[in-house]
Amino acid sequence: MQRATLDLWVGFFVAVGLAAMLFLALKVGNMGAFDSAKAYEVKASFENIGGLKARAPVKSAGVVVGRVADISFDTGTYEASVTLKLDSRYPFPKDSSASIMTSGLLGEQYVALEAGGDDKMLANGDRLKLTQGAVVLENLIGQFLYNKAEGEGKAENSAQ
Amino acid sequence: MSDNLIEIRDLSFAYSDRMVLKGINLSARRGQVIAIMGNSGCGKTTLLRLIGGAMRPTQGLLRVDGVDMGEVDQRGLYRLRRRMGMLFQFGALFTDMSVLDNVAFQLREHTDLPEEMIRDLALMKLNAVGLRGAQDLMPSELSGGMARRVALARSIALDPALILYDEPFAGLDPISLGVTGNLIRRLTDTLGMTSVVVTHDVHESLKMVDYIYFVSEGVIVAQGTPDEIKASELPYVHQFVHGEEDGPVPFHYPAPSYAADLELSA
Amino acid sequence: MINGLLNGVRRLGHRVVDMLWRMGVSTRFFLLLLLHSGQCFRRFHLIIREVFSTGVLSLIIILVSGLFVGMVLGLQGYETLQTYGSEEALGVLVSLSLVRELGPVVAALLFASRAGSAITAEIGLMKATEQLAAMEMMAVNPIARVVAPRFWGGVISMPLLAALFSAMGILGGWLVGVVLIGVDEGSFWSQMQAAVDFREDILNGMIKSFVFGVAVTTIALFEGYDAPPTAEGVSRATTRTVVTSSLAILGLDFILTAFMFRGV
Repeated sequence: MQRATLDLWVGFFVAVGLAAMLFLALKVGNMGAFDSAKAYEVKASFENIGGLKARAPVKSAGVVVGRVADISFDTGTYEASVTLKLDSRYPFPKDSSASIMTSGLLGEQYVALEAGGDDKMLANGDRLKLTQGAVVLENLIGQFLYNKAEGEGKAENSAQ
Repeated sequence: MSDNLIEIRDLSFAYSDRMVLKGINLSARRGQVIAIMGNSGCGKTTLLRLIGGAMRPTQGLLRVDGVDMGEVDQRGLYRLRRRMGMLFQFGALFTDMSVLDNVAFQLREHTDLPEEMIRDLALMKLNAVGLRGAQDLMPSELSGGMARRVALARSIALDPALILYDEPFAGLDPISLGVTGNLIRRLTDTLGMTSVVVTHDVHESLKMVDYIYFVSEGVIVAQGTPDEIKASELPYVHQFVHGEEDGPVPFHYPAPSYAADLELSA
Repeated sequence: MINGLLNGVRRLGHRVVDMLWRMGVSTRFFLLLLLHSGQCFRRFHLIIREVFSTGVLSLIIILVSGLFVGMVLGLQGYETLQTYGSEEALGVLVSLSLVRELGPVVAALLFASRAGSAITAEIGLMKATEQLAAMEMMAVNPIARVVAPRFWGGVISMPLLAALFSAMGILGGWLVGVVLIGVDEGSFWSQMQAAVDFREDILNGMIKSFVFGVAVTTIALFEGYDAPPTAEGVSRATTRTVVTSSLAILGLDFILTAFMFRGV
């Protein structure tokens, strides 16, 4: 008799624990976000990927349409080669462009996909032609300072 | 097979470098109740543990039911222990099991009997100690005497050939004491077991045992049947049997002279 | 003066030797325990019982603590994130800190003080009242019958408890962040899902809690089994279980974190 209630409690405990794991896997994690079996891979080369990491989201118009599957360095072109895994529910034209963006000022980096106008759609293994690398804050500031200094130099020159 | 279930020859035992038992000779025939007596700390519990195989003799021969306890391996020891029961000082009942489950413990562990039969066997053992009605109680609900009897029922669950009792009378009221003593005698006779009782309760033991060994400071100082012991004029036995304060076992712990300790030296 | 110093050094040496000795004995104990585990898998109800006494009985404390920890995280995280104008990242903050660190670690600390101390006290008392010796005399190996089921019971319970702790914490964070403060529900969950990786974060957290479960139950069982058979000895062993296993959890957490999340 006592053993039966004990079994019931343990069963309840295990069920709740497994439910919690499932909750973590599906609702909290990205296991259920999209099925990797129904995906196609596209490659893109970037001059600079900044802080992009594997498994970062690929968004188009703000909607997550895929994930960064792999990041590697191409010794031929000295560029970053990024493999994107896109959900096969979302086909994109062949001339779509990819750029690396930051969500918010300090947020995580993601790949933004901009649809082109081509009639042909991207297929598994295709390469994106148009890419825009990450904006590196230090370069931007450096460029700004340089421009400013140059502008001031010109102003001084013209004043003389 | 020899008639002696327990055979001890020139047994010595030491904890690291402290000699606890020196040259013990002892034997117990099948069907006998023997008592090992002595004051606290004389080594009698150690002797019992050696017989039970919890420790190994440092020297000498110790044979239980034909098995040399100095040589036996773990498997052989466990096989031997299935035919051996032990009653611990305060019963050592499993506190998380009911009385019935305690008695049925060994049956469940060592046999494949169906649950029904295990229950019946356990109830028979409980009935033998007069506690069949207490089957559903938990050990915490039992009095000291009852717990001792349940433990006794548990130790005879597999009908052992030998039972060892570690201070079975300690902390019992006179009635429980008599009941426990009678039970030990009766179970030994009806089940054809051999019993070894380690105790310091002289009067209860003298009533029920067949043979008594007196141990003091690790050696056997006296032995005999109860009648011989009662008549013994050995100072140690006399002191023990009559509970005298001073004698071979001194009242005072070894100390410098009283006068010197009080600094009364003249 | 020099004598006192010498004495100090001698005492230190004694403690070090004692510690090494205990480590050796506990390792042997652990191996013995694994060796004798086979029997208790054939009699699974023994393990079920221990899952009850370690897992089910720790359920309340784990659920309530998880909820509160999550709520505090929600509140504090919101305060901090708000200054950077990114309160949508609240879900990320709450879930990552719970799944990676707080869930396994705090659940294991609670488990050590709730279930670990109970195991030590129980085994210590069984030893003090000669129940283990009695079992041994009945030709039943106490390691196989008493120790191994408790070990596996604890090892099964721990990851489940850690998962429940994390889940409750995330619900707590959601409660405070979304329901009370009014962070956008959609971005709370979607940012969380974008940032939390199943293998990288959740699975690693589970592995952590499994390792902690092994460590805590082994320590608790060993302390109980090794306790001097007196009331004082058992109470000391219980304290030692909580102290040692807490230190072990935090130390192991550092090592595991260094292995798992390095450079990714």
